[in-house]
Amino acid sequence: MHPVIPYLSASVLFGLGVYGVLARRNAVLLLMSVELMLNAVNLVLVTADATVRAELPAGGQVFALFVIVLAAAEVGVGLALILQLYRARATVAVDEVPLDEGER
Amino acid sequence: MTWVAGALPAVPFLAALVGLVLPVRARTAAVALGVGGAFVALGLAVALAIHSGQIAGGWQIVDFGGLPVTASVRVDSVAALVAVAVTVVAAAVQVYSVSYLGHDDRYSPYAAQVSLFTAAMLLVVVSGDLIPLLVGWEVMGICSYLLIAHDRALPEAPGAAVKAFLVTRVGDVGFLVGIALLGLSAGSFRIADVLAAHYSPARLTLATLLLLAGVAGKSAQFPLHTWLPDAMAGPTPISALIHAATMVAAGVYVVARLYPLFLAAPATLATLGVVAAVTMLLGALAATAQDDIKRVLAWSTVSQIAYMSGALAVGAAPVALFHLLTHAAFKALLFLAAGCVIHAVGSNSMALMGGLRRYLPVTFWCFTVGLAALAGVPPFAGFWSKDAVLAAASAARDAGPVAGWVGWLVWLAGLATVLVTAWYATRVWLRTFFGGNRGDEEPHDADRLMLGPLVVLAVPAALLGLAGLAPGFAHRLGADRLVHLDAETVAPLACLAVGAALAWAAWRRDPAADPVRMLGRASAVFGRAFYLDDVQRALVVRPARALASLVRRGDESIVDGAVESTGRGTLGLGGALAGWHRAPLPRAATAVLGGALLIGLAAVALAGAR
Amino acid sequence: MTTTDVLLAALGAVAIGAGWRVVSTRHVVRAGLWLVVALGAVAGSYLLLAAELVAWVQVLLYVGAVVVLLLFAVMLTRAPIGASADLDRPGWVGALVGTGAGLGLGALFLDGYRWQSVGRPSVGSAQLLGAEVFRHWVLPFEVVSVLLLAALIGAVVTSRPPAGGR
Repeated sequence: MHPVIPYLSASVLFGLGVYGVLARRNAVLLLMSVELMLNAVNLVLVTADATVRAELPAGGQVFALFVIVLAAAEVGVGLALILQLYRARATVAVDEVPLDEGER
Repeated sequence: MTWVAGALPAVPFLAALVGLVLPVRARTAAVALGVGGAFVALGLAVALAIHSGQIAGGWQIVDFGGLPVTASVRVDSVAALVAVAVTVVAAAVQVYSVSYLGHDDRYSPYAAQVSLFTAAMLLVVVSGDLIPLLVGWEVMGICSYLLIAHDRALPEAPGAAVKAFLVTRVGDVGFLVGIALLGLSAGSFRIADVLAAHYSPARLTLATLLLLAGVAGKSAQFPLHTWLPDAMAGPTPISALIHAATMVAAGVYVVARLYPLFLAAPATLATLGVVAAVTMLLGALAATAQDDIKRVLAWSTVSQIAYMSGALAVGAAPVALFHLLTHAAFKALLFLAAGCVIHAVGSNSMALMGGLRRYLPVTFWCFTVGLAALAGVPPFAGFWSKDAVLAAASAARDAGPVAGWVGWLVWLAGLATVLVTAWYATRVWLRTFFGGNRGDEEPHDADRLMLGPLVVLAVPAALLGLAGLAPGFAHRLGADRLVHLDAETVAPLACLAVGAALAWAAWRRDPAADPVRMLGRASAVFGRAFYLDDVQRALVVRPARALASLVRRGDESIVDGAVESTGRGTLGLGGALAGWHRAPLPRAATAVLGGALLIGLAAVALAGAR
Repeated sequence: MTTTDVLLAALGAVAIGAGWRVVSTRHVVRAGLWLVVALGAVAGSYLLLAAELVAWVQVLLYVGAVVVLLLFAVMLTRAPIGASADLDRPGWVGALVGTGAGLGLGALFLDGYRWQSVGRPSVGSAQLLGAEVFRHWVLPFEVVSVLLLAALIGAVVTSRPPAGGR
């Protein structure tokens, strides 16, 4: 098995995720792009687990599991925030959130 | 006897210290301290004068790496005589001030400052080491500044005090460098060592020229003479003490102390001769056109000190000291008498005086004695000493430590000055005491406390010159004989007669008018002392002020500006950074991810490079 | 090129294609669905790499829970149903950074691994994984449990209606 194949797939997926985070205006779509990035990282971890002889065996897969759990938690809280934003502003476009309002 | 010499400056100094801590209104204690201190010092000085022979001794106070400074005394007969003169005038002034400043409510610091001044002058007189001499020199400058500015109600007093201080300071810088040069070359500051050391001619000339700068400043010689007429803003007793009899003579005294050094530097003596000749005529001509009676006397002082400098320049230090002693007597007398006149009339201006001999008889006679001594009328003191100066100058034309032309210069200037001095002395005499009273009210003579010192000083003003005939006195001053009466004496007597006659004739034509009118348009030039004050203001004061304002503006805009702009810049930078932090989410995300990318690339590049 | 490689390449291509559709489509709901495809392809890759537990957990949590959450959020925020034109921010900065990141990582991996080959790992990793988690990774496991609890409470608190509510 040549590990460079899944590694390259993961790299491209990561790049796509970065592009999505920076280009998408809808907050939910932005979160989807973040999920793409996290998956790319997971793929790298699992491939590395198969490729590299680690000190602790199956460490890569354990990390991947933890990442999945964290991603789930993050999506939960993130979506709660998006809901609140929608309630306050009736929009979820990220570039319409004013940051210097009510300051000083 | 060393302790007597040491106590001589110490007693007035203690009186000054105690006086300075007294409350300002404590008159009786201040009077007691001032007068008491002066008389004790007088007693000590007389004791020193009676004792014949040298007194020397002291101990080392500090050692600057091989260059010791001692607190020592060196009193020979010259120093003792000068000390007597100083203390007599100081005692007279202290007594006189009790009455003259009777209505002044800041008498206590005044008396203390006068005592401090006396102590400083006596320190200069008896010191055997150049550094304590310098200390005394500088303290005299400070006291002069404080005392000129004594009357705070007078608007011109502070300016005059500052001017006096700054102009003498300019000279004092040269003085200090000269002393340093001498001390370094001799390896010690003791006068005995300095006189005994060997110097290269160039260094000696340089050191003595620098000392001359200090002399010119303190003794008000050209070009540092501009402070003396303005210093007349101080109380009249101060003018008598400081600016007639003692401080202005200190420069002459120091040159006489270090005379062997000057004798070995003919270039310096030539310079001194030129300065003396110029100052003599300058002072006398300026005195002819003054309306303020004290300013006449101030310019007269400038001119008379120049006589002493001229005598020093032609190699006759004893003669210079003789004239110093007689000048101390008659000039102090003149100032104190002028004080009585001013006190009676209420103004310094001669235009408001006239015919005062009827109202102020004692003052009139004392003033007459003083003016006669000033003009050089025989047998008063001034005649003998002035004649001695002229005789020394004429002798130096042929032989002496300095070139012949210096002798000619001093002699001719001296003769011309005799004429002009006689002229202005007669003018003052006639304008003040004769003719009709141009003032408002009827003046009355001063009380005994003011007249007493006048009478006391009139005695040496009249008779001190005759002491010059005694060989013992001449020996005390270091000469074989002081007085030379020969055919050459006719010349100054003739000039005296001519000058007095011219003034009298001019006055006779119109007793109410100022005889100076006969000088025509020159009187304006003389009255402004050849506009030298304005020259000084343009050459020195204005550039100094411009430089100061430039420095101030530089300090405010550059230095302060740097400090303030550091603060402002930091605040601005902080504000800019705060603005960046308020970026909306997309821009923030771009920054984070882009930054991470760059860091990753950098890390790869660095790792690859290694 | 073994079978594994071919399958990995194919699944990788599917994932990349689906990921591209996620970030470029103009339908919000379709983006969610393409995300399902991408996540599924990645799960398939895990299976091929002998990480079965991770693969099924991926399907369970990601495809099952996360995507459902995202679609719920799409509905609750009244996202437009049809195509909408203003979903993307204009400008090339995002493309630049994204391309840079992807290419950079790819270059890194290529440089590191070239065309190396490793042996296929043994199958049946669930038991191994369980033993590892509960032997060496117990503390992170517990911490993650606490974190999930905190996230749950945080989500509930954050999504409450504002004070004085409706």
